[in-house]
Amino acid sequence: MMAVSQRIGREAIEKKGWWQAHRWLILRRTSQLSILGLFLLGPWAGIWIIKGNLSSSLLLQTLPMTDPLLLVQTLLAGAVLPASSAIIGAVIVLFFYLLVGGRVYCSWVCPMNLVTDGANWLRERLNIHPVLALSRHTRYWMLGLTLLLSLGTGTLAFELVNPVSILHRGLLFGLGFGWVVVTGIFLFDLLMSKRGWCSHLCPMGAFYGLVGRYSPLRVRADQRDRCDDCLECYIVCPEPHVLTPVLRNAAQGAPPVVLSGECTNCGRCIDVCAEEVFTFGHRSRSPVSPSQHPARPAKQS
Amino acid sequence: MNGHGEKRLPGYHPSRRKFLTDMAATACGVGLLGMGIGLYSRQARSLPATAIRPPGALPEEEFQARCIRCGLCVRDCPYDILRLAKPGEEVATGTPYFIARTDPCEMCEDIPCVPACPTGALDHTLTDIRNARMGLAVLVDQESCIAFQGLRCEVCFNVCPIRGEAITLDRQHNLRSGKHALFIPVVHSDSCTGCGLCEKACILDEAAIRVLPRRLAKGKVGEHYRFGWKEKEAAGGSLVTPDPEHRYNLPEGVEYEHGGRGLIFNRDIDKVPVEGQQAEEPFSSDPLETQRRGIKETE
Repeated sequence: MMAVSQRIGREAIEKKGWWQAHRWLILRRTSQLSILGLFLLGPWAGIWIIKGNLSSSLLLQTLPMTDPLLLVQTLLAGAVLPASSAIIGAVIVLFFYLLVGGRVYCSWVCPMNLVTDGANWLRERLNIHPVLALSRHTRYWMLGLTLLLSLGTGTLAFELVNPVSILHRGLLFGLGFGWVVVTGIFLFDLLMSKRGWCSHLCPMGAFYGLVGRYSPLRVRADQRDRCDDCLECYIVCPEPHVLTPVLRNAAQGAPPVVLSGECTNCGRCIDVCAEEVFTFGHRSRSPVSPSQHPARPAKQS
Repeated sequence: MNGHGEKRLPGYHPSRRKFLTDMAATACGVGLLGMGIGLYSRQARSLPATAIRPPGALPEEEFQARCIRCGLCVRDCPYDILRLAKPGEEVATGTPYFIARTDPCEMCEDIPCVPACPTGALDHTLTDIRNARMGLAVLVDQESCIAFQGLRCEVCFNVCPIRGEAITLDRQHNLRSGKHALFIPVVHSDSCTGCGLCEKACILDEAAIRVLPRRLAKGKVGEHYRFGWKEKEAAGGSLVTPDPEHRYNLPEGVEYEHGGRGLIFNRDIDKVPVEGQQAEEPFSSDPLETQRRGIKETE
């Protein structure tokens, strides 16, 4: 019997064509790989468009970008920062993710997403049933721990083991034994917990989830009455609980928009839905008619 | 519990109990992880003595609080000496350092690594590289340093970017040969930046001069210590009653000048030595004189 995951998107491909059924996935992978590529262009080819790493970087020798969570950690660790490019950089980054959705970082930028998406793909291919059921709130505990550790130890203690920065920094500056950490996360996601790292544990994801709580760019489901309960969106979604109020609670007056900050705006639900229930749009609670989305010409089925 | 545990008490909710135990389990797991990371972070504090922070780095504790591990200093080093610590290395993961023996700091005039730092973990007020204090060169092994064997080396002295100030050559008597000098390199902590060029250049298989963290390399005189001569200089004169002038019991025509020329033979009362006749000086300036005199007497 074919696993459910292996027929994901078949109907969407038949109805919308291959490109429409993979568009956001391809764009997302392109974004992840080009950002990584831009960083690698420096050390590999000597073309310094962007320097540094995701912790803090400098674009075209002018635009600083700093991970706001890391800046908060340095402040908790006791650093009294003077007016510095790190603060400007953190404000720029914060503003960007407030606009497009905090967890856009997770699905469009973070290199660890490639690893965990790979683990998840393989897990479904091999039909492995995870043994560990973690609470999705664990990440907020992890976020608390990260901040508490900085406060308690006076150093960015979580950065000593943070798989995300170890991977990105490692690719640019030398991985060392970092591959152990990255492989560990891959195996954890493959064998122990479904989307264990990104959707349950990662404190950076938790932080960006909080940042994205009020961001205007959202996944909308204005055409939710078309939904035929195929559940494919639930299967591909890294945070399927965010879909429930939108798809299931229409009768209770839930707005047709994914409002949870935990949604990563990956757009995979838009891809796999053969009925074209989902679109990207703004966070308005009132329904928007499809004609107001010129980018998504409604196909009549 | 008070013994009524089996009874369904009015406030007993299985779902609430499950919620609380689940939460406690999560807190426990995260707490255990935190304990591990916390202990590891204490270890990661102890920077190995061979790992030297870039110029302008704040004291280690403060540096680890501020450094955001971005590697911008590494990228802006024109000599590419800096590296970011990888997981598994002894240095705190992601923080920059260099190893003097292989890649010393070349002491760029404009110190490009410092302004590159976005958080000020490298102090932006450092604008003159001569004021950098990355560490302190110490001649740790006098037994191996060939200068102490009386050989002319002086490589560390010559490669020093603050030549003649951070390292000087101290001339000492060579006791082995009895007639040569030892040219001993001496590091001066008020000028040494800890760049490590001397350590890199040391010709030995294992360097005899090494850059150490200042906390390891520097001693400190107790606050209560007072050096008499310094106090005297500061006060412009002796702070205690001066000693009465010492009177030397010397033969006629000889004086002793303390702290100056030493023994002085008053030539004015010297008689012109007659050929074959012994000079009236009590001590001859010719060390062979006594020997010759002895030979003459036995003849």
